[in-house]
Amino acid sequence: MTSAVITVPLYRLAHGRTGDKGNRSNISVIAWDAALYPLLAAQLTEEAVAAHFSHRRPSHVQRYLLPGLQAMNFVLDGVLDGGVNDALNLDTHGKALSYWLLDMPVAVPVAMTPLLRGPNWISPQDRATRPITI
Amino acid sequence: MTPPASPALLIGCAAGFSGDRVDAAGAVVDTLIRRGGPAFLIFETLAERTLALAQLRRRADPQAGFEPLLDDMLRPVLARCMRHGIRIVSNFGAANPLAAAQHIRTMAQELGLPAPRIAVVSGDDLSGQGQRALLRAQLGAAVDDIHMVSANAYIGAEAIAAALDAGAQIVVAGRVADPSLTVGPAMSHFGWRADDWDRLARATMAGHLLECGAQVCGGYFADPGYKDVPDLHDVGYPIAEIGSEGDCVIGKADGTGGCVNLASVTEQLLYEVHDPAAYLTPDVVADISEAQLTQLAPDRVGLRGVRGHARPGNLKVNVCHEGGWLAEGEISYAGPRAEARARLAADVLRRRLPDLQLRVDLIGALSVMADDGGALLATTPGGDARDVRLRVAATHANRGAAERLGREVTALYCCGPAGGGGVRTTLTSRLNTLSCLVPREAVPASFEMLEDAS
Repeated sequence: MTSAVITVPLYRLAHGRTGDKGNRSNISVIAWDAALYPLLAAQLTEEAVAAHFSHRRPSHVQRYLLPGLQAMNFVLDGVLDGGVNDALNLDTHGKALSYWLLDMPVAVPVAMTPLLRGPNWISPQDRATRPITI
Repeated sequence: MTPPASPALLIGCAAGFSGDRVDAAGAVVDTLIRRGGPAFLIFETLAERTLALAQLRRRADPQAGFEPLLDDMLRPVLARCMRHGIRIVSNFGAANPLAAAQHIRTMAQELGLPAPRIAVVSGDDLSGQGQRALLRAQLGAAVDDIHMVSANAYIGAEAIAAALDAGAQIVVAGRVADPSLTVGPAMSHFGWRADDWDRLARATMAGHLLECGAQVCGGYFADPGYKDVPDLHDVGYPIAEIGSEGDCVIGKADGTGGCVNLASVTEQLLYEVHDPAAYLTPDVVADISEAQLTQLAPDRVGLRGVRGHARPGNLKVNVCHEGGWLAEGEISYAGPRAEARARLAADVLRRRLPDLQLRVDLIGALSVMADDGGALLATTPGGDARDVRLRVAATHANRGAAERLGREVTALYCCGPAGGGGVRTTLTSRLNTLSCLVPREAVPASFEMLEDAS
């Protein structure tokens, strides 16, 4: 067991999708592994997410936790420049915003890196033969 | 999960928006027939803007204003659905459900089918003079200052269920809430009351999973190396098996690509949800805060734990109105210092068009992640992107003022930075939206059977 941590983009821990209604965007963040969920709950705070979207000047950021789905839902108000009928963005829905969030840096204990998606990920089937100690 | 007390109701969805694939229904209908039992086919084809565009088409032609792809979507499967007792429910009536119903009746005649019993749901359209006072009470004088194109309330499942109870084989609606396309059939089939909140909420979330078509089956999901989806080119459309308690299992059409797994279903479950404990619809307030998903088999995911609370007293109304003109122009720069030349061109345009608030995108360097105000662009240091397409956009109430943007972008050919090419300009009329709530009692939704033409 080591206390060393590495910093990786959120997409190594989670996936998500953006939805929109008017000038409000919602972005789901769904942990790839239940063991990673507490890291997200601790680090993806409303304040941290609001700061990550500061150039979009959110008027309010609300987080809803859904531990039963190892997921959380962020609701960002005022980030769509008026929304689908008003914004001048090519992406008036803000569909791409989930990937802006998924690029956010997250600190992960080194011992948990086999749970991270991408290179060196160990699938649940393979973990039976290669147990992970966390 | 407890086994359902009666055979599950199958509801397949063959469209998730206006403009969705028109060849999706075939595999869904084939699967419904193969599995047997009570089954419905739904098409969800209405987004906020779609209805306003439909209303504009209806103004130009009183027989238009329904989903333009209705024929392409329905004709290939109508005969099979009627032969096998698969009933059809859709909002493809858009701004003119009656004309859509008449079109379907003609389609059936052309296919040599017996005349189907077609119900037309109405009540959602609030654009008439008779409803102006209702809207004014909510939106104030603003409603008199706009050029209104459409005004529609999101109505619920009751009129759909009543039409099905009355024997409709096809229900054509306009602006009903998307999940209501599923709730209506479930209410009618199982005989649920309109205040059976838990069951309505469960069917609502089944409808929510269905309403975007392939989005729950691996569509709008793939991300190579992270979320790999088999045969995305042939992604399947979803089928929900709904039990008598409203719990559902989501699957997809047989023999199609895509995937239905915990990841794809969770993304869709939370899509366009705000407070998970209070997903508001005209039928019920659904609560998924304790919801659970289970992978029951490959491409089969069960949803349970959804609860319901009493439906809201108000209905949401969207009012679309003319919103001036949107002007856009693009020009490409490539090779050494391409980004610097594109940024210089943007600066030229800002100085030439001081009356327009320009949105600037450097496609290939920084575009959709940025903001209309240009905050991110202003704070992002100039890079060395070598293939950049400059895009500028602005709106103006006056057409002539908006047109100047396109002319100035075109003039960059001779007057702008070196090496610019591929100018494209567009000018489009805009539609803006106002939203409000109106008391449910002010919007009496109902249905009528299309009279037999024979």
